[in-house]
Amino acid sequence: MLRHGLSGESALLISPTGGGKTLAGFLATLVELRETHKTPGIHTLYVSPLKALAVDIARNLEAPIAEMNLPITVETRTGDTPHDRRQRQRRKPPDILITTPEQVSLLVADPEAGKLLAHLSCVILDELHALVPNKRGALLSLALTRVRAHAPQVRLAGLSATVADEGALAAWLAPAGAAPVALVKGQAGAAPDIQILKSQERVPWAGHSARYAVPEIYAALKPAGLAIIFVNTRSQAERLFQDLWEANEDHLAIALHHGSLDMAQRRKVEAAMAAGKLRAVVATSTLDLGIDWGTVDLVIQVGAPKGSSRLLQRIGRANHRLDEPSRALLVPSNRFEVLECEAAALAAAENAQDTDYPVIMKLDVLAQHILGRAVAGPFHADDLYTEVTSAFTYRRLERELFDQALDYVATGGYALKSYERYAKLKRMGDGRWRLAHPRIGQQYRLNVGTIVESPMLKVRLASVKSRASRRVLTGGRVLGELEEYFLSQLSHGDTFLFSGEVLRFEGLDEFGALVTRAAGRDPMVPSYQGGRFPLSTHLAARVRAMLADPGQWQHLPPQVRDWLSVQKWKSVVPGADQMLVETFPRAGKHYLVCYPFEGRLAQQTLGMLLTRRLERRGARPLGFVASEYALVIWTVADLSSLIARGRLSLAELFDEDMLGDDLEAWLAESALMKRTFRDAALIAGLIERRHPGREKTGRQVTVNTDLIYDALRSHQPDHILLRAAWDDAASGLIDIHRLGDLLRRIRGQIVHRALDQVSPLAVPVLLEIGRESIYGEAHDALLAEAADDLMEEAMRLV
Amino acid sequence: MPFSPKPPTTSWKRPCGLSREHRISLGGLALIPDRSGALSVPDFSALLVADLHLETGAALARRGLHVPPYDSRSSLTQLEAVLAMTRPERLIFLGDSFHDAAGAAAMDPADRQRLAAITARHDTIWVTGNHDPHAPDDLGGRGVDALALGPVTLRHIPSPRLGDGHEIAGHLHPGATVVQRNVAVKRKCFIADARRLIMPAFGSYTGALSVSSSAFKGLFEEADARVWLTGAEIHVFPRQRVA
Repeated sequence: MLRHGLSGESALLISPTGGGKTLAGFLATLVELRETHKTPGIHTLYVSPLKALAVDIARNLEAPIAEMNLPITVETRTGDTPHDRRQRQRRKPPDILITTPEQVSLLVADPEAGKLLAHLSCVILDELHALVPNKRGALLSLALTRVRAHAPQVRLAGLSATVADEGALAAWLAPAGAAPVALVKGQAGAAPDIQILKSQERVPWAGHSARYAVPEIYAALKPAGLAIIFVNTRSQAERLFQDLWEANEDHLAIALHHGSLDMAQRRKVEAAMAAGKLRAVVATSTLDLGIDWGTVDLVIQVGAPKGSSRLLQRIGRANHRLDEPSRALLVPSNRFEVLECEAAALAAAENAQDTDYPVIMKLDVLAQHILGRAVAGPFHADDLYTEVTSAFTYRRLERELFDQALDYVATGGYALKSYERYAKLKRMGDGRWRLAHPRIGQQYRLNVGTIVESPMLKVRLASVKSRASRRVLTGGRVLGELEEYFLSQLSHGDTFLFSGEVLRFEGLDEFGALVTRAAGRDPMVPSYQGGRFPLSTHLAARVRAMLADPGQWQHLPPQVRDWLSVQKWKSVVPGADQMLVETFPRAGKHYLVCYPFEGRLAQQTLGMLLTRRLERRGARPLGFVASEYALVIWTVADLSSLIARGRLSLAELFDEDMLGDDLEAWLAESALMKRTFRDAALIAGLIERRHPGREKTGRQVTVNTDLIYDALRSHQPDHILLRAAWDDAASGLIDIHRLGDLLRRIRGQIVHRALDQVSPLAVPVLLEIGRESIYGEAHDALLAEAADDLMEEAMRLV
Repeated sequence: MPFSPKPPTTSWKRPCGLSREHRISLGGLALIPDRSGALSVPDFSALLVADLHLETGAALARRGLHVPPYDSRSSLTQLEAVLAMTRPERLIFLGDSFHDAAGAAAMDPADRQRLAAITARHDTIWVTGNHDPHAPDDLGGRGVDALALGPVTLRHIPSPRLGDGHEIAGHLHPGATVVQRNVAVKRKCFIADARRLIMPAFGSYTGALSVSSSAFKGLFEEADARVWLTGAEIHVFPRQRVA
């Protein structure tokens, strides 16, 4: 890495966690700065996706610099950096600036960027694997084209954990058309030691509660010095944390860490870890990335790991030394997860990675970049097009689409040209584009970035006083933040788990939600979702293969083995390439269960499309529920009989052509599109971010994007933002690509069994019915049902 | 699958048509909610619409937010559809018909012509609002601050103290959320008790404010109040059932 750096070549360093990557990235910079002494501008930009990390990295870097007595200045710049320090950094730039991707965009949008970056010799991109698969990476790739324009000599040093497709990352770092950058591979660490909990207890059929295994988890963490217990969602974290404390006879110091907790509280937990004061931390993905907080000697993964790369990353948190194996324990929370854990452990042992490709050509991100370009100064459209297409992510951008994006930024891109007088960009006499008003630059700076969070409200612990026999609540300590939509569904007096406690919802005030501590341990409201990952394609294929080969079942716990054996006897266990479809009657309804193993998102889309088809064939579907592994649809008509009489063909039902008009008709009306449209509108600057405190002053305008979506779709269905929303929905929320792969995979491979009753394999997904909300869009039907429920209640005599 | 732009398959107007089952009585005056958010008063052959906020798009564009300039024509198409369905003699705008004065002056000529044609066909009354303190100059009809329909007073902003009277108002853009099977369904709605009714915003870009918000505090007898959610059908709920 040092050799590439000193010869001015860009390079990509791939190394498992614990390989000392970050320091390796800085080595060449330190050597150069020691020799050349004073540079008149920024020498090295260090970019990391985690804002919280900037300070730690700066500290870690200052130590060796001070030891070696080098005259090198290091500063950080994040969204939290005060204005006066930013101004000082502009006047007197540090040698090394530690920052985030969004700040790089702001830096290149500065009219002074040319001066600041003229002597830049290196950009270090840390945790690159976490950046490239999302829109932040797309925005950063565009900002880097600007960096290159100002500093053609600059070299990029990408630092990444092990990934499936190293070539794509190396190509991402190079200008389009140039050869991928050099690849440097870190030394592979010792293979991890992964155990799967062989519980003596009964493993649940369904659900995501690991409560059954709490005594065993507690027993496992007791002998360990410090254990991190990873879970997949915040609600699981809360639940497990509470359960562990109940089992905590020895009063071990166990803490909780997730993204909704107050920042100060999270920092406190991290400091306690680093100081060796904790024995265990229950955490979500908030501890996936970043530097080490103390010596972790055991990682416990509760619930399915969902992907082998994610599992390896998490396991890497334990024992950050390459020569010793990291220790990990996997705890499945239901029977299908036993299979998934087995598959993940095997994959991790082989160091097999899931594929995560860099995102390509996000049009909303492009629009934001074009505006940023104008903020920096006037530009020629031709030049900007050439520059943008030099980014790997935009190398296939057509000129026509670029021009549409430019038109959108200038006046909204509408067929009805009524906003010419309110343009953001104006054409100058020499053909260049310039910002119409400096105010627009201010607007850009406030809205930069691609992270769209669902609206959150602060949760505060209230103190209760009695005044004139009325309860008066005063807000106190902030416990953290929760999604507005979750809080808006609570009624006064509902209890829920948050911040490790059962809380009682008291109401909303102008600052957020007010809660009090509740008696008892069982919350009434099952808790909020969030942070769910879909099962990776790679792991799904392994699970299918394991299921198909009874020879591999011997590794499984006896209760799981029995479950599969009974399935084989009562129905059939499908081959690795097959998809099993079972139909059976139950309690007056008829069920169809299929097992694609393609993750909840793709299977929800499949469920939506299949019910439309079944409706047309007269099967009268009533509802469906998708799990990570299976999909169940229930109907009025007898499906087994329809199939037997040749009235319904499964091959036709699952034909790929459902991705045509059916998909389009459903999607356009769906709430999913409205959600992706809202995100795209925000990123592309059609609407503004919510800035807390500004609502009151009236300077904040709230715009209902659902209503805008409807109007735009009826008047201009080819608008660039509708296209951006469509692209996002297709690749993200509904996983069309994965569904398409599935339908191609199972062509001619559908195995059907008409059964008298539910099969063992179908039990888990049937148990999800009622637990999961019924996925659908029939909102008026829901309202009618709610009104009927009320009527029934009113008519009840006792 | 690539993006292939197509206009919506179904009609993009909100469903409209008077509810058969739901009647609201205010001081003895019968009112029928329309599914689109308009309100019919058969005894006066009148149709009421509140808070159209025409030219919202242009107002936002002036502040640098280029939202699609299609809100006025959407609202007008919607209004034409309700009028065709209910065939009233009188059309009453309950205030905030235009988002601001600049918008009223600079409306697209084609849209302006359509609006003028609507007001010419009906006995049109513009109740003025806080966004439009003066009735539009050349769009027909007459402007009033408030208006009595029998026992009921029509005004834009609900009065803080109603006394013994009855009132229909707008201004607050009421909306309500019903949670059923873990799905939250949010709709614009009418809200009323025995004394007062507040209408939903009719404008195509005008959203809704939850009836639980503090702006509604003290306006209704909570125990008696009900909400009528708009949409494909009118759905009525006790105020306490919704958020």
